[in-house]
Parts: sequence; structure tokens; C-alpha cells
Amino acid sequence: MGTTWIRIACLACCVLGPAAASSQERLEVPPPPFSDGIFPCSDCHADIEPNTQRRQLTDMHEDIVLRHDEEHRWCLDCHDANNRDFLHLASGALVPFDESYRLCGQCHGEKLRDWRAGIHGRRSGEWNGQKSYLLCAHCHNPHRPKFQPIVPKPPPIPPSRPGVRPDDEVSP
Amino acid sequence: MSSDRTDLPRRKFVSCAAAAAAGWLLTSCGPKRLYDVPRERLSGLIADMERRYTEEFGTTVAVADTQAMPGVHFAYALDLSRCVGCRRCVYACVEENNQSRDPQIHWIRVQAMEKDKGIDFAHTDPYYDPETVPEEGHFYVPVACQQCDNPPCVKVCPTGATWKEPDGIVVIDYDWCIGCRFCMAACPYGARRFNWAEPTIPAGELNPQTHYLGNRPRPRGVVEKCTFCIQRTREGRYPACVEVCPVGARKFGNLLDPDSEIRYIIEHKRIVVLKEELNTVPNFFYFYGT
Repeated sequence: MGTTWIRIACLACCVLGPAAASSQERLEVPPPPFSDGIFPCSDCHADIEPNTQRRQLTDMHEDIVLRHDEEHRWCLDCHDANNRDFLHLASGALVPFDESYRLCGQCHGEKLRDWRAGIHGRRSGEWNGQKSYLLCAHCHNPHRPKFQPIVPKPPPIPPSRPGVRPDDEVSP
Repeated sequence: MSSDRTDLPRRKFVSCAAAAAAGWLLTSCGPKRLYDVPRERLSGLIADMERRYTEEFGTTVAVADTQAMPGVHFAYALDLSRCVGCRRCVYACVEENNQSRDPQIHWIRVQAMEKDKGIDFAHTDPYYDPETVPEEGHFYVPVACQQCDNPPCVKVCPTGATWKEPDGIVVIDYDWCIGCRFCMAACPYGARRFNWAEPTIPAGELNPQTHYLGNRPRPRGVVEKCTFCIQRTREGRYPACVEVCPVGARKFGNLLDPDSEIRYIIEHKRIVVLKEELNTVPNFFYFYGT
């Protein structure tokens, strides 16, 4: 069904021209930020019988800390049990990892809308030409999406007064 | 008899004409403001600059003279709900725009403000230095040149060394600036910086891609400020601070393009300009993205 939609969208772009293309086009994104050697998932999972029982993982992936509505969610709500190299939407439609924004956008619809417009998230490229987007997962860890505090760069040096160097202790 | 008229003696006429000719010669042969210098003369001046900087810094320095694109008016937007005050933009700007490392010059100043007080410049701290940011109960307002459409700094300049370009960027002619700092007094945003001493840039850290109205090396005794990275944006690129921001709080684009990011923000988000009541008409918008 997902592919049908893409075909319809492609057809619509061809027929309706650039105006329709802007809302439906498949966005150019860099490759998803996988850990080294983790993808394709089917390398390991091909021989493993899927266990759809919700549980704490102990044999593998135990380093993943889920802090993303973990009360209501676990691995197979986003990862597909039968086709390990894909994610799935709530409808069951498969989504490749480089289109994961469609998965995130199911809940965070207004963020997806702003991201498509270039307002949410980082962009590079040209302000009047080709722009490159980043996937949600390039900035947010999908398992723990809240940004962690970061170390700031040094503050500016306060202006000095005659005879007083900026790093001198100012006596009261 | 008109030939008998003596109200303009020959001696006076000749001396006046000679003075006018000398004045014309002096002004046309001497240095010229980059504002109204003819194009062919400009390329000569730029070649001189390139030669001088290349010799001084020991690396090939290019000085571009890219002119404003027609139909473009630049504007900037900064998401106050995202900025975490990490100052990555400050240092990216220093490196891109060849600001002096010692004495230190920062075009961007990040003001930490208290959420309880809101945007209140009477209670800000640019020198905050915690272990990590963002700090509890604080938000951050980075301030640089607002590229006003009604710029007070341009009005007060006694030599015409600073002006507004057709694409909205307020620029400075470092050769024509006499360092009187009237513009710094006039700017309500504190966005202009003065080279109190000879600027220093460590060898190898100079950005050799420069623009004659932007990040070319400055001498002592002149004023400088943000130019929206004129050397990048006139080539179609984003300013350095936009690309470095780790939270994606900084947005840039063409105000005259209805499909630009800037127009989307102005049409869909809550926006604020600083000191709106002063009628400076900034092209720098602060917004709340959430």
C-alpha cells in the first residue's frame, strides 16, 4: 500500500508539476546515523524467531535506554518484527530508515510540518537553492529524544579599565 | 554696455576657478569611498587589497566584490524556544569573519535572561559560565547587528563610511571609517565593535575567502559588526552561525520570496523584534518555534 501511495504521488508530481512536488517530494537526506555495523538488522535477525512479547531485552541491545513515552511504547511499536530492515507506521505500512520522519510525524505532526518548511531542525546548503535536511534521528536520539545539556563555549572577556587587566581580581 | 561690467574681476574668477580645479583634482585622485567608487576603479582597489593581505598573512587571500542580487532582501530569524546558549555561533562567527582574537572581538553576544523576567535587557548576563547549558530558569538571546531598515548608525556617520546595501545589509567601509564611534553610541543594540588595538589573527587561522564590505582584515581604529556573512550569503550560502547552531535555532532567507523560511516564520509563528518602539525596523526576528 505504501508503494502505491508513492506511485500516486510520483504520478501527481509529474502531472501537476512543481507545485504538487513541493508537498509530496521525497526529501534528500544524508544516511541515517546507524551505529557501526548495526545495519542491515536482518544480518542477525534473519535467523531469529521474532518474539513479540513485550519484555526487557537482555541478550542484545541492552545499552538502549528507552526514554520516549516508555510507559506506552516498546521496540516493536516502531521497528517491524517481520521485516527487520524497516520501521512501520501505526497503520502497519513499512517505512525505510531514511524516511523515518514519516514515522515520527505520526505523533509530532506539527514538528514534521515545520521541518518540511525548514523551520524545525538544522539545514545546510543554499538559502536560494538546494537545501539539505537532516533526519529527526540525526539530532534526536530516537530512543531518548530530549536534548542533553551541553558544555558552553567560554564567555567573552569583560572590557578592561586602564591599569586593570581583565583577568585581574577586582578588589571591592 | 555689457563688456564694461566689472562685478567679477578677472583675478577673482581665475583664483576661484583654480581653487575649484584643485579641489576636484584632490578629491578625485585621493582615496574614494567604496560606496560610490566606479566599478573599474573598484577592481583596482580590490586587487590592491588582495596583494596587501596576501603579503601580510602569507596565504592567498581572495577579496570578492559580489554585488547584491536583485529582488533579495535578507532577513534572519532566531528561535528563542530552542537556543540553549552554547555560544557555538559566537566562535563560528569569529573564525568565519576574521575577528580579532586578542583583543577579543565577538560580533555575537549571547545574553542569558531569566524566564521570570522575560526579555529584559536590564537583567541580562553575557558572562554566564555554568558547567552545562541550558541553565534552569534561563533562556538565551543572542544579539548581533539587527540590519535595521531605518538604521540610526548610518544616520550619524559623519563620513558616510557605513550604509545600507540594496539587499538590506548594513556595511562598513573600513578605509573610510575614522573611528569616531558615533555609530556605536547610536546603535540601540550594542551591536558594533571597535578595534581599540591592532587586531591579531593567529597564522593559519585567517579565512581567506573574504568580501570587500565584510570579513576582509581590518586595521586598528575602525568599527566592525555582523554583515549576515556577506561573503557567503551573496553566493547563496547560509551564514556560518546558521550552519553551526546545534539546535537549529537560526534561520535565514529572502524576505521578498514568499516561499522562504523567513516568510513562513513571520506568517505562522509568534515573532518579536528588539526595541520595536525605537522604529529602527530590524530585519532580525526572534520567534517561538513551539
